[in-house]
Amino acid sequence: MDTLRQVRLIWKPFALLLCLAPALLLVSDAFEITGTLGANPIESILDRFGNWGIRFIMITLAVTPLRRVTGWNWLTRFRRMFGLFTFFYILMHFLTYLILDQGLLLAAIIEDIVERPFITIGFTAFLLLLAMAMTSTNGMRRRMGRRWQQLHYAAYAVGILGVWHYWWQVKKDTSDAKIYAIILAVLLGFRLWHYWRQRRKRS
Amino acid sequence: MLIRKPADIRPSEITSKENYLTRRDFIRAGSIAGALAAAGPAVSAVVPAKRRAMLEGIGASNFSTAEAPNSYTDVTTYNNYYEFGTGKGDPHVYAEDFNPRPWKITVEGHAEKTGTFDFDDFIKPFDLEERIYRMRCVEAWSMVIPWVGISLAEVIKYLQPTSKAKYVAFQTLHDPVRMVGQRRRSIDWPYREGLTIAEATNPLAILAVGIFGEVLPNQNGAPIRLVVPWKYGFKGIKGIVRMRFTERRPKTSWNMDQPREYGFYANVNPEVDHPRWSQARERRIGASIFASKQPTLMFNGYGEQVAHLYDGLNLRKNF
Repeated sequence: MDTLRQVRLIWKPFALLLCLAPALLLVSDAFEITGTLGANPIESILDRFGNWGIRFIMITLAVTPLRRVTGWNWLTRFRRMFGLFTFFYILMHFLTYLILDQGLLLAAIIEDIVERPFITIGFTAFLLLLAMAMTSTNGMRRRMGRRWQQLHYAAYAVGILGVWHYWWQVKKDTSDAKIYAIILAVLLGFRLWHYWRQRRKRS
Repeated sequence: MLIRKPADIRPSEITSKENYLTRRDFIRAGSIAGALAAAGPAVSAVVPAKRRAMLEGIGASNFSTAEAPNSYTDVTTYNNYYEFGTGKGDPHVYAEDFNPRPWKITVEGHAEKTGTFDFDDFIKPFDLEERIYRMRCVEAWSMVIPWVGISLAEVIKYLQPTSKAKYVAFQTLHDPVRMVGQRRRSIDWPYREGLTIAEATNPLAILAVGIFGEVLPNQNGAPIRLVVPWKYGFKGIKGIVRMRFTERRPKTSWNMDQPREYGFYANVNPEVDHPRWSQARERRIGASIFASKQPTLMFNGYGEQVAHLYDGLNLRKNF
């Protein structure tokens, strides 16, 4: 079997299950099979979905640098899946906030989005993810042409907004947020460095 | 033939519903009788060093809410006690090996009775009372906790502050060897809190030494902590080793850290939002996952007892 077929038939389904595992684990914790959600289950669900959303945007943004460093071009085949899982976890995070945390109380939700900067930032990142998820099909990519790539550069913004949102909502201990910020800086820094090197080569 | 095993509890041993419902009157009558029998201030609070030991001679209080308390698990696994880590589950884990005995409390500043007291001697002159209070955290969640404690007003009366004493300041133990969270500078250690004398002598304020009729667990602030139910939870300083009567307003930890977000008074107030979240509603821990948040009450519903303390004070400015 050639590499591409192998990726499509074996590694992609395997990766899909792996990406889904945090959500499955959460469900099984909710039913107290593998663990528990603790004294404040809503906060726990919110935090876990949000955390995985940030981890997945990092994983998605790691694909290109990793491919450049290792030369494993097949990695690109997983990028859309990782991106869609970022959207999935952030969508679940957002729905948990809307339904369980705020009880769909529109006035409170609008107040939050307008008045609390960390929520404004998070909501903006969600809208960008939504736009990218909706245009993630091959057909949309073809139809949008050059504009598609421009839109999907928003993945960088999602990374920055996501870490910012996380950093700002922490009451005091920002050590986890700092780790994400460092990873993001490395991932985006690599791109800058690569761009700069290409330009120098050309001139 | 089916041979039935007799029930473990005989019907004669079960407290009748009527007796159960009037148990507080019974305890109150008992403690009054006990106090009279002992003739004088011999009602002495005793807290064994043993973990989860039952406390004896607990009086009831009219200040207790009729709301159902949270489960023991909720109260002891979801804590903010940065001395044992910044995660809510950390204190439960990292305070496990902490030994709060022996324990000394130093009283200093503008009072007649100052000095260092052994914990047992410190609480001995006072009554143990159960106070079932709502606890509202500044993070917009709340619990109902059955504390056992001594009246802070009584303690202060006993220590005889002088006319210069306008405030009472509290400090938590600073011991990074025993309190792992203090090995990182997540807070400018030691943790500090303070009250005005009028607040501290309000009958609602207690120094808690137990929960659920048992010795106070480490993660809840053993062996002794402050409970001021009309204020946000962070005012309830844990593991107290120092009380100081001062003329000037003492520095308090969260206010020192983020003066814009946390004030000195920190009274529960649904109308004054924290800059990063609304204080209008709160999530009651232990409620159904589909339950909506409940409205937060001014002074956490204790306005009748404490609102007069703040007459003429702009609570929006003095948050």
